[in-house]
Amino acid sequence: MSPTPPHDPSFGPDLVEVFGPQQTDGGPELVQLLTPEGERVHHPEFDLDFSADHLRGLYRDMVLTRRIDTEATALQRHGELGIWAQLLGQEAAQIGAGRALRPQDHVFPTYREHGVAWCRGIDPLDLLGLFRGVDHGAWDPAEKHFGLYTIVIGAQALHATGYAMGMQRDGVVGTGDPDRDAAVVAHFGDGASSQGDVNEAFIFAASYNAPVVFFCQNNQWAISEPIERQSRIPLYQRALGFGFPGVRVDGNDVLATYAVTQAALQRARDGQGPTLVEAYTYRMGAHTTTDDPTRYRLSDDVEHWKLKDPIARVEVYLKRNGLVDEAFLADLKKEADELGHHLREGCKALPDPEPGAMFEHVYAEETEELRVQREGFAAYHAGFESEGAR
Amino acid sequence: MSTSRITLAKGLNMGLRKAMEDDPKVLLMGEDVGKLGGVFRITDGLQKDFGEDRVIDSPLAESGIVGTAVGMALRGYRPVVEIQFDGFVYPAYDQIVCQVAKMSYRSKGRSPMPMVIRIPFGGGIGAVEHHSESPEAQFAHTPGLKVVACSNPVDGYWMIQQAIASDDPVIFLEPKRQYHADKADLDDTARPDPLFTSRVVRAGTDLTVLAYGPTVKTALAAAEAAATEGRSLEVIDLRTLSPLDMGPVLDSVRRTGRAVITHEAHVNLGIGAEVAARVSEQCFYSLEAPVLRVGGFDTPYPASRIEEEYLPDLDRVLDAVDRSFEF
Repeated sequence: MSPTPPHDPSFGPDLVEVFGPQQTDGGPELVQLLTPEGERVHHPEFDLDFSADHLRGLYRDMVLTRRIDTEATALQRHGELGIWAQLLGQEAAQIGAGRALRPQDHVFPTYREHGVAWCRGIDPLDLLGLFRGVDHGAWDPAEKHFGLYTIVIGAQALHATGYAMGMQRDGVVGTGDPDRDAAVVAHFGDGASSQGDVNEAFIFAASYNAPVVFFCQNNQWAISEPIERQSRIPLYQRALGFGFPGVRVDGNDVLATYAVTQAALQRARDGQGPTLVEAYTYRMGAHTTTDDPTRYRLSDDVEHWKLKDPIARVEVYLKRNGLVDEAFLADLKKEADELGHHLREGCKALPDPEPGAMFEHVYAEETEELRVQREGFAAYHAGFESEGAR
Repeated sequence: MSTSRITLAKGLNMGLRKAMEDDPKVLLMGEDVGKLGGVFRITDGLQKDFGEDRVIDSPLAESGIVGTAVGMALRGYRPVVEIQFDGFVYPAYDQIVCQVAKMSYRSKGRSPMPMVIRIPFGGGIGAVEHHSESPEAQFAHTPGLKVVACSNPVDGYWMIQQAIASDDPVIFLEPKRQYHADKADLDDTARPDPLFTSRVVRAGTDLTVLAYGPTVKTALAAAEAAATEGRSLEVIDLRTLSPLDMGPVLDSVRRTGRAVITHEAHVNLGIGAEVAARVSEQCFYSLEAPVLRVGGFDTPYPASRIEEEYLPDLDRVLDAVDRSFEF
C-alpha cells in the first residue's frame, strides 16, 4: 500500500483519527460475544441469550460445514473436482449469517457460501456440480430461497437489492407479521467492495430503503491482494457515506455474527432499510485450490489467526460449561463421517451431462435457429454411432 | 374498433400503458422515466397513472438499473428498463451478457428472465458523442438474449407489448430519430404479426433490400426512387435481429437473385455480415451477385456535422443496387 499522505488540516479531519488505522484485531468497534479463548462476553447493543440447544446446533453446523470443505478440497486433489473455493476459517461468519435467516428471507451468495447453503437445506452434493463441471448450479433458487453461486464478483449485490425492492412491492416488509415480513442477504467479500456493482447496490438500496443486509466477509485477502489494497478505512465505515449503518462483527464468533445479522435482518424486515455487516475474519486456506498463498503472505499471520479458530472457541465454551457430553461429540463425529462418505461417493457418481444438454434452457422459448443447430448436432453424433455400428 | 394516428413515441407509450394495464407485474425503471416521462417522453404520464412503485426513477447508474431489474425478475416481476441513450448501455454490459442472458441457462430454466431493455438507438439527430450508437450486433452475438428493432409507430405499439409478454430477455431497439417523425394509423383491434418475424414491407421483383430500425425508411425511399428508373426493389423489415427470421428473406432472394442489406451499425461483423453468410449458405445458386452491405463505416461515430456522410442514405443504397446489377 502507498504510504498515507501527511494530513492537511485545511481539508477536514485526519481520517486516521476519525476511523482509526486498519487493525489486525478488528479494532475497538468489533462486536464480540465469545472470545477466542471461549469466554462469553457481553455487548450493550447486540447481546442475545443462547439456549444450550441453540449453541450445540451452531457448533454442529460449523463442524459439518468444515467437513464439507475438507472433503471437497480432498476431492479436488483427487481430480474429482476441477476447482474448489475453500471456506476454512469462515464457518462462524457463514453459519451465524445463515441461521439468522427466516424461511421467507432470501440469500444471494458468492461462490464460497457453502455454510449458508447448508443452513438453507441444500444437499452439499449439489454444491459440487459447479466445481466438477457438470452444471452451473443444481438447486432451485426459488425453492431454497438461495440464489445460484455467482462468479462475477459483486454482481449479485444488485440482484439482492432488486429482489428486496420486489419484496417491498409485494407488501412483505414492515407489516409486523413475523411469518410474513422478509429481507434479503447479499454476500460478498472484501475484494468485491471495490466493485462498481456493490457500490451501486449500496446506492440503490439506500435510495429505496430496500430490505437488504449487505454481508461482507472481510477475510483479509482478495486472492493475493490484502485488504489495504481495497480500502484505506475499515469497510463497515463505508456504509455511513451511503447513508445507512455499518457494523463490524467478529466473523470468527458465531454468536456475535448470529446476533448482529439477526438484528440487521429484523431492521430490514421492519422497513428500516439496509445495513452493512462486515464480518471480520480470515481466509485460512487458499483463495481456491489453484492458489498458492505462500507466495504472498506470511505463515506467522496464519498462525496468529489459528488462535482465533471459530470452532475451537465454541467447543471450549461448551465443554467448560458442561453443555456437551462425549455421546454428543461421538454422534457428531459419526454424522460428519457419514456426510464425508456421502460427498465422496456422491461426487464420483455425478454423471456428466449428455452433450446435447448444452442446448437446453438457453431460452424459455427456443429459437428456430437454435433448434436447427441442436438437431444438426444430434444428427452429426448419430452419424458417428451408425458408422461405429458398421 | 379504435383507430388513431400516432407517432412512434406515442405508439410505444400506448403499448407500455397497455402492458401495464394487462399485467400488474410489469414495472418500468430508468433514469428520468417518472415525472419527466423520459428524455424522449416515451413514458410520459405513466408514473402519474401507475404510481412511483411501478414507474421507478432510478439513480444514475446503468449497471444498477439492469442488475436490480434482474433481482425484480427473480422475484416474479417483469421489469422494463430504459437505457437513456445507446452509448450509455455499456456500464450495464456485464449485467446484460453475464447475468440477464445466462440466468435461464445456468438455472436449468428455473429462473427465467422476462425483462425488456429498451434502448433508443441510431443517429441522425445532431447529437454529441455517445448519443448515436448502434450496438445491436454486440447483443445479437450473445446467446440467451433476443434482439428486436421496431421501425414504425404501429410496430412500436405491438412489439413492445409482445416483448414484455416474452419470458425471455429482449433487447428492444427504438430508432430515436423516428420517435416524433412520421405518423401512422393504429388499429388497436388488429392482430399483429408475431414478434420474432420479418416482414415484406414493399413487394418487388429485381432486388431485395433488407433493413431494420431507422434504415427501413431509407430503404423504402430508395425503392421509390429506383422505381422511377424502372427497377423493382423488394424491401424487407427484418424486425428481429436475434433470432433472425430468414424465411421471408430467403424466399425473396430466391426470386430476385440479389440482396443489399443496410444498417447504421458498423459493417464489420454486423448484422449484415450474418445475413449475407446465411443467404449465401442457403440460396447460393439463386444469387446473381454477392450480398452487398451498406452501413456505418468502421470508425467511431463521427462528429454530428458530418454524420449524414457516415449514415447510409438513399444514394448509398442506390449505389449498392447499381453495383449489384453490375455483376
